Amino acid sequence: MTVERIYVFKRFERFWHWSQATLIIFMLITGFEVHGSYHLFGFGKAVELHTLSAWTLIGLWVFAIFWHFTTGEWKQYIPTTDKVVAMIKFYSVGIFTNAPHPFKATTLKKHNPLQRLAYLGVLLFIGPLLWFSGWFYLFFSDWGAWGVDKYVSLEWVAFFHTAGAFMMLLFLIAHVYLTTAGHTPTSHIKAMITGWEEVE
Amino acid sequence: MLSKLKIALSTLVAGATVAALTAFATPAPAPAQTAAQAATPAAAAAPAPAAMVKKASNSTADHSKFKELQKTFKTAPEVTKACLTCHTEAAKQIQKTKHWTFEFINPETKQKLGKKHVINNFCTAVESNQKFCNACHVGYGWENDKFDFTAEENVDCVVCHESTGTYRKVPGLAGHPTYKDMEFPPHSGKIVKAPDLSKVAQSVGKTSRANCGACHFNGGGGDAVKHGDLDSTLTNPPKYLDIHMEKKGLNFSCGTCHMTSAHQVPGSRYAPTAADIKDVAPHMRGKVDNSNPSTCQSCHGTKPHPAKMAKLNEHTDKIACQTCHIPEFARGQATKMTWDWSTAGKLTPEGKPITKKDSAGHNAYDSKKGDFTWEDHVIPEYIWFNGKVNYTLRETKLDPSKVVKINSFEGSPTDGKSLIWPVKVFRGQQPYDSVSNTLLVPHVFGDDENSYWSNFNWDKALVAGMKAANAPYSGKYAFVKTEMSWPITHMVAPKADALTCAQCHSKEGRLKNVKGIYMPSRGDNNKLLDMAGWALALLTLIGVLIHGAGRIYAHKKG
Repeated sequence: MTVERIYVFKRFERFWHWSQATLIIFMLITGFEVHGSYHLFGFGKAVELHTLSAWTLIGLWVFAIFWHFTTGEWKQYIPTTDKVVAMIKFYSVGIFTNAPHPFKATTLKKHNPLQRLAYLGVLLFIGPLLWFSGWFYLFFSDWGAWGVDKYVSLEWVAFFHTAGAFMMLLFLIAHVYLTTAGHTPTSHIKAMITGWEEVE
Repeated sequence: MLSKLKIALSTLVAGATVAALTAFATPAPAPAQTAAQAATPAAAAAPAPAAMVKKASNSTADHSKFKELQKTFKTAPEVTKACLTCHTEAAKQIQKTKHWTFEFINPETKQKLGKKHVINNFCTAVESNQKFCNACHVGYGWENDKFDFTAEENVDCVVCHESTGTYRKVPGLAGHPTYKDMEFPPHSGKIVKAPDLSKVAQSVGKTSRANCGACHFNGGGGDAVKHGDLDSTLTNPPKYLDIHMEKKGLNFSCGTCHMTSAHQVPGSRYAPTAADIKDVAPHMRGKVDNSNPSTCQSCHGTKPHPAKMAKLNEHTDKIACQTCHIPEFARGQATKMTWDWSTAGKLTPEGKPITKKDSAGHNAYDSKKGDFTWEDHVIPEYIWFNGKVNYTLRETKLDPSKVVKINSFEGSPTDGKSLIWPVKVFRGQQPYDSVSNTLLVPHVFGDDENSYWSNFNWDKALVAGMKAANAPYSGKYAFVKTEMSWPITHMVAPKADALTCAQCHSKEGRLKNVKGIYMPSRGDNNKLLDMAGWALALLTLIGVLIHGAGRIYAHKKG
């Protein structure tokens, strides 16, 4: 079998991915401290760092959204049912029997169908859930001025924000593991660092 | 500059005024002051106590040069008459104030309050004990119902304005100073000197911390007993104790916050301003403003923290400034925390009263009064408070099976008018009528055979007290547990000593008992969500580990 190398992740994309990964992990750490799960930085510092990371992430997203639309890369997240079953079969059976990976990444289709679904879920559900609840959390004192204080309670805002955080945590665990499930255990990771993915 | 002064101002005020009303004080002499107008002429200053250090004065009058005051006064009312020759309206103004009437009708609850009416759980009640208690009345001679409230010469000008520190209204003299040297307390060996009323009169000026403190620091029968945030350490406080009053710093007097006009001192514990949270510029000249000038917000506004602490400004609509900025009360000296009248009256086999001290030297037991406990650096209790206070008055029915709240503070997280306030809760036991279930007025002080301090007989003392109060008494008494709350508002600490976030935002934090709000990190979170979230995360982790192990195994097997 020949090994070929294709360029899947452009420089901005890789920058976006790793800075976002860092911020999300950091926000999970500080967020669960604010939540009261453990003591690390101290409550006040954790709030400060969490808020700072949130604004940084918002800034990053503004660039990322702009980039996705100007480059047309947003199409990478259009869901497809094609090969979904094949991917599930591969992860549950084929991967143990050395079967070939059913998906071949190309520059135009860099995510396998399960990735597409998972990332779309993150982008359209977990993300917005965290953004909206986080926004309300952050601007707690302005609810009166916005006229929403009768309909929103901090208890529920915190509930949804925490729920979003747990979903993000689950995604993170699965995502980190599945980076080892490429053509070789490190091929995905290398690709996200160098931009080049080795495919068979 | 304003921002520097921010949080604490108003706190000072609320207490000073009303303390006089609610205080059952043994007034102390006002320590000598060096306030501008206080100085006496150089000649008179020969013996030169500290008080006489002359400072540049802004005043246009030097009272020591006034002919009216350059004479010998036999009694204090004579001094007042001299004052009134120029200050023609002063007594009329005083006679309209709580300091004079000892009466306050709460405009909201319509309850008739004031020292004349309220029964507290310190010395309990003024009625039948006026000669003693009214040492803190701003007048002379109120010893029974026959007192003439319209006599202008009965107004005591100098107690609030003199600066020699020698003028002292001794309990038992119905508001008069002593006119000849006397032993006080009786049999103590301590001599209270008769003040030189001429020097006292000539020393008058603006009211100093020591003047207010003569009564307000001594509420409840002695220094630091009652309030917890008002005691003699405020006469000349270090920065640590009071950021506004430090002499080398801002050097506020009580009146800087309790901005007095026509002798009406604003700031009240009967009808406090709990939530001064409207967003308006504070107290501008020319603006009609009937709001309380003694709140923190009246100077500091509602967003006092700098931009880098913006999150704290979002706390100001829920949390009183005092909650964070007065992290502990009684930081200067210990305050009394409990008073159990039910144990009073123990005598030696010879029938003599007993006193005991605790390990720190505070009175722990006195046959006249019962058991006490004292504490310093006390962490307050925290409650929602909207400014409305309801009192258990003499005629109010009580439930002896429960702790009787002498005053209860109204407030809720949802009424839009409440903030979370720090309070001192003073607990005790005191006599009540066990048939009619109402509080009793004991006749405590007096040379007569009925007073408790003469004969240690509750039956006689209560009959005499209730008779003097012109109130019915079944003749059967018992002791009931009571508690009384005092909002903590004075002794604002430097900002470095304010509470940190985690002192409230933690499971065992300061606000752990405050209901009705969601506070991150306090343990208010949805436990089910947490359980589900962590369980799923763990399952996912186990899942991927098993999956990974399977791959490694399959790979090795080839």
